[in-house]
Amino acid sequence: MQFGVFSVGDITPDPTTGRTVSEADRIQIMITVALKAEEVGLDVFAAGEHHNPPFITSSPTTMLGFIAAQTSRLLLSTATTLITTNDPVKIAEDYAMLQHLADGRVDLMMGRGNTGPVYPWFGQDIRNGIPLAYEHYALLHRLWREDVVDWEGKLRTPLTGFTSVPRPLDGVPPFVWHGSIRSPEIAEQAAYYGDGFFHNNIFWPSDHVKRMVELYRRRWEHYGHGPADQAIVGLGGHVFMRKNSQDAIREFRPYFDHAPVYGGGPSLEDYMAQTPMTIGSPQQVIDRTLGFREFVGDYQRQLFIADHAGLPLKTVLEQMDILGEDVVPVLRREFAALKPAHVPEAPVHPRVAAARAALEAPAVEPSLEAAVETRAAVETPAAVPA
Amino acid sequence: MTGSSRTLVVVSAGLGQPSSTRLLADRLTAAVERHLGDGGLQGRVAIVELRDHAQDLTNHLLTGFPSPKLQAAIDSVLGADGLIAVSPIFSASYSGLFKLFFDVVERDGLAGMPTLIAATGGTARHSLALEHALRPLFAYLNAATVATSVFAAAEDWGTAGVAADGSLVERIDRAAAELGAAMTARQQRMPADPFADPVPFEDLLGSR
Repeated sequence: MQFGVFSVGDITPDPTTGRTVSEADRIQIMITVALKAEEVGLDVFAAGEHHNPPFITSSPTTMLGFIAAQTSRLLLSTATTLITTNDPVKIAEDYAMLQHLADGRVDLMMGRGNTGPVYPWFGQDIRNGIPLAYEHYALLHRLWREDVVDWEGKLRTPLTGFTSVPRPLDGVPPFVWHGSIRSPEIAEQAAYYGDGFFHNNIFWPSDHVKRMVELYRRRWEHYGHGPADQAIVGLGGHVFMRKNSQDAIREFRPYFDHAPVYGGGPSLEDYMAQTPMTIGSPQQVIDRTLGFREFVGDYQRQLFIADHAGLPLKTVLEQMDILGEDVVPVLRREFAALKPAHVPEAPVHPRVAAARAALEAPAVEPSLEAAVETRAAVETPAAVPA
Repeated sequence: MTGSSRTLVVVSAGLGQPSSTRLLADRLTAAVERHLGDGGLQGRVAIVELRDHAQDLTNHLLTGFPSPKLQAAIDSVLGADGLIAVSPIFSASYSGLFKLFFDVVERDGLAGMPTLIAATGGTARHSLALEHALRPLFAYLNAATVATSVFAAAEDWGTAGVAADGSLVERIDRAAAELGAAMTARQQRMPADPFADPVPFEDLLGSR
């Protein structure tokens, strides 16, 4: 199972100090968070994409390319890539290039974007949100799989004899997740292609998340990709931890009360009761997160929102230390113990799989235990012939 | 819905407890039940007092999802065979609380719904707000609003409770008869469930 963090790249004043970081600082914070993800042993860093203030993430492949150069193991992903307002041809080119630069450590999550004016700013119409997601992705899917593409649709200029370069690394396209909070059409799309389905699992109650994932799994099986429990599911999550759960709530409350997405609404306590948000001790986060599999089944990727709502970088890094030291190792062990053998891991590029296998194989210098066993085997006859 | 009963949901945006808005809603409800009964139908009534959901309605606007309690209220409206919607008139229109509720009921959820609109106000000078404000709102929602709407001014409660021409009692009875007839005639409908019956992807891809 993959664990990681995602960042939407918002510039929000810290409600406890009134301080607002500059764009320059905010970009560096996001980079620091990504590097920290690798340092603390997380698997994935996913960057959001926005084209309006107060966000700084308009150019995800530039940022992810920079991160790729400074990491060696981290998977780079998006949360999300706007399949509606971006040209699918440019997505095909940009992410194939990133995939080469990162030696295969790249996947993407498609999303539609819900900021109305962004559509007309990019020459599109929000009322075409679903048709754009379908048509653009259908083209992107072909561009990564066919060397020469002739294509005609309704929402983009036609192509004749087009080759998207660079071709995907070793001919293997980046794995794609489709993210949607509430549109069954997107779960259907993910199932049709046999791609992954991601639910942000933050803004809505878990019974809704459950319905979306169930639909995706059922339709995955319908389209012949295998049994429903082998579909590839990812979830988001929102956690904030301190050793003492009351300290976590006290510290996080002003950020909740003033966060652009939460503020002015229900109390933190009501929100935690009605959604998967968990503010408390590491053990509470472990218990709640393990509980996710009870409503979505065995799943492959768990991302937590990291830097947001004006939290100071120091606090964000402390949270990531807690994730890396106290939470994720336990979740890895517990999820692995619960997962049946026939449930696959999320697909990764063969180069990533090979690198991982090399890491997990016995080290070049045999460990002490292995050495002792080897010596014992040499020195003691395994069995005495009768 | 079964053959012999109809579900009537009453949405009241009165703020006082008791409120004259709820008083009007109750009179309308009793009259509709009587008309359904005359046709051999049992009325099953559910009341949604919006005051009880005021906080949750604001939260829904801000978070995008309803609390379980508010969801139950919305579901009761979506599953009704007929609706009585009553608001006090504030500043020449329905109250903000009344509008909040119909803002979060899903689009198309009220399509074809037999609906009786009613309002209360201090004086009869506010009565046309029903026609200028409530009726267009329900037209937008594609509800099947009955022809007679009912306005009760404070002074109406002091008139004799007899069905004189144009009196409150007469209008309540006429509107209730219209809603009862519309509910009686209404065919059972099953709300579409996009999760139970997803449209196949090929159809979606080719259907623009």
